[in-house]
Amino acid sequence: MGENVIEARGLTKRYGPATAVDHVSFNVAAGEIFGLLGPNGAGKTTTILMLLGLTECSEGTARVFGRDPMREPLAVKKLVGYMPELVGFYDHLTAADNLYYTARLIGIPAPERADRIAAALARVGLSGEADKRVGAFSRGMRQRLGLAEIVMKNARVAILDEPTNGLDPQAAVELLDLIRSLKATGVSILLSSHLLDRVQSVCDRVALFNKGRIALMGTVAELGRQVLGGGFAVEVEADGGIDVARRLASLPGVRNVEEPTAGRWRLTCDRDLRAEAAAEVVAAGGRLTQLALDEPSLETIYTRYFQSTQQEAAHAA
Amino acid sequence: MRREGSPWQGLGVVLLKEFADHLTSARMRVLEWLVVLVALAAIYAAITQVRDVTAQDPFLFLRLFTTSREPLPSFVAFLSFLVPLMAIGLGFDAVNSEHNRRTLSRILSQPIYRDALLFGKFLAGLATLTVSLLVLWLLLIGLGLIMLGVPPGGEEMGRAFIFLLVTIAYAGVWLALAMLFSILFRSAATAALVTLGLWLFLTVIWPALAPAIAQALVPSDDEAALIIAGQMLARLSPSTLFGEIVLALLHPTTRTLGPVYLSQLQGAVMGAPLPLSQSVLVAWPQIVGLVAACILLFAVGYIAFQRQEVRA
Repeated sequence: MGENVIEARGLTKRYGPATAVDHVSFNVAAGEIFGLLGPNGAGKTTTILMLLGLTECSEGTARVFGRDPMREPLAVKKLVGYMPELVGFYDHLTAADNLYYTARLIGIPAPERADRIAAALARVGLSGEADKRVGAFSRGMRQRLGLAEIVMKNARVAILDEPTNGLDPQAAVELLDLIRSLKATGVSILLSSHLLDRVQSVCDRVALFNKGRIALMGTVAELGRQVLGGGFAVEVEADGGIDVARRLASLPGVRNVEEPTAGRWRLTCDRDLRAEAAAEVVAAGGRLTQLALDEPSLETIYTRYFQSTQQEAAHAA
Repeated sequence: MRREGSPWQGLGVVLLKEFADHLTSARMRVLEWLVVLVALAAIYAAITQVRDVTAQDPFLFLRLFTTSREPLPSFVAFLSFLVPLMAIGLGFDAVNSEHNRRTLSRILSQPIYRDALLFGKFLAGLATLTVSLLVLWLLLIGLGLIMLGVPPGGEEMGRAFIFLLVTIAYAGVWLALAMLFSILFRSAATAALVTLGLWLFLTVIWPALAPAIAQALVPSDDEAALIIAGQMLARLSPSTLFGEIVLALLHPTTRTLGPVYLSQLQGAVMGAPLPLSQSVLVAWPQIVGLVAACILLFAVGYIAFQRQEVRA
């Protein structure tokens, strides 16, 4: 993955007696998509604002490309593209004019502006809408215009706050595709969301936030192993066959076999045992009808994690 | 902690964009028409009145500013009423609209400081007001030339020009006040109402209230002390300051803006006009006060804006 583009060390933000962000540390490596996930009010946006130097941190340090956003905010903000939650534009201006304004604020030389704006709008599929007023845009188009701004800026890091918030499923999928294509051009991405399942698919690594702290951090699979204990879950459905459950259980690497309904088995295993399980079913004389590997879902991990921490807390009390 | 980079970066961009927004906004067009129509009526009334009444006035041109004819008030009275309205109209949603449209954090994530945004907005508002007032001023002088047929003297033009500058400063005070409330209140309607309320209070109620408060505060039978105290209190209102400056500038015979003791009048030629420099000197404290109020209000807004959270 190479060097880190964002490093946060013990970032803390206090508002009077309340602590919004409590000693948060994480790195975003070059070229990865890092997700800050967690419920609303968990401190994700505050963390992002501290990385941008838009709010002061009470404690800790942040580095973006090795620069301190508190001391050199202009240099940091030149390299970072930020799309706030429910990003807004000037409704009375056209999409292109909104980008022209930003282009001049960024300091893009005048001869380059038109080309870069046109290219950015084309990237997000808004070429046809360039001369329409943003007032007539849907939420999804506004979010895409927000991404166009980041593309135009040639930002090396994109920070997206709740990018899929307020979008219908179709628009959300399109936006996530755009985010993936942004990553393909070498942009590192930090995104925050409370919609765990929706962004799970795009994130290389995630940090789960809870009450201002990072509760869990790693790839989704790592978190699954850590919290759910059992690494992989394989689902097998078959017709007929003799003694299938026992034969599956005797496979090396299988820890547990459940049979929720007749003809359906759920295996908890140490590794991906789909091929072995299929061969075993066939060997037992069964006709394999379905075989699936259950990816651990972030939602499950998250819920399970907080159930267990709450139980621990209850035990301690 | 020292921050690197210039706080002025992006100032020109913000200024131009806001200026263009003001000049093309429907709100500004309505305000401009209101001001131009009302001012034209006032000028016309003044010109007919001046033609009827004064033939031998050495400051005939200045009469255009100050003469009223029933039922219309004079040009200056109109301005002192409409300029705050225009300035408030331009400033009451300067910052909170950026919050409400959710553009603030996006703009501030570009490589500029907050200073540039606030300064740019203030200067754009002031530039808009300056353009409107300049047009109005030229309109008045042009109409005066055509309809009176008398060219204004150099000193008259000097007085009229300083009056223009003072009016711009007066507009700046209300613009800074409106922007301050646009920073403090998230809702544009609340900001507009509070600013308008404060304007009415300072313009209409405060001048009447000031002597009463002075009477309560100054336990003295000394008539002069009471009047001076009342006047000091009344001068807390920018409208009072503006009125006094207008009096000194456009009525060259004005010798003082406070009470005068008889001893001070010894040797004075009553009714003789003061030279321009002396008139400016008479109103100098008021002029400085007006500019200072503008800077102070802006500074308070500036500090509030710097400390404000960006998030919506």
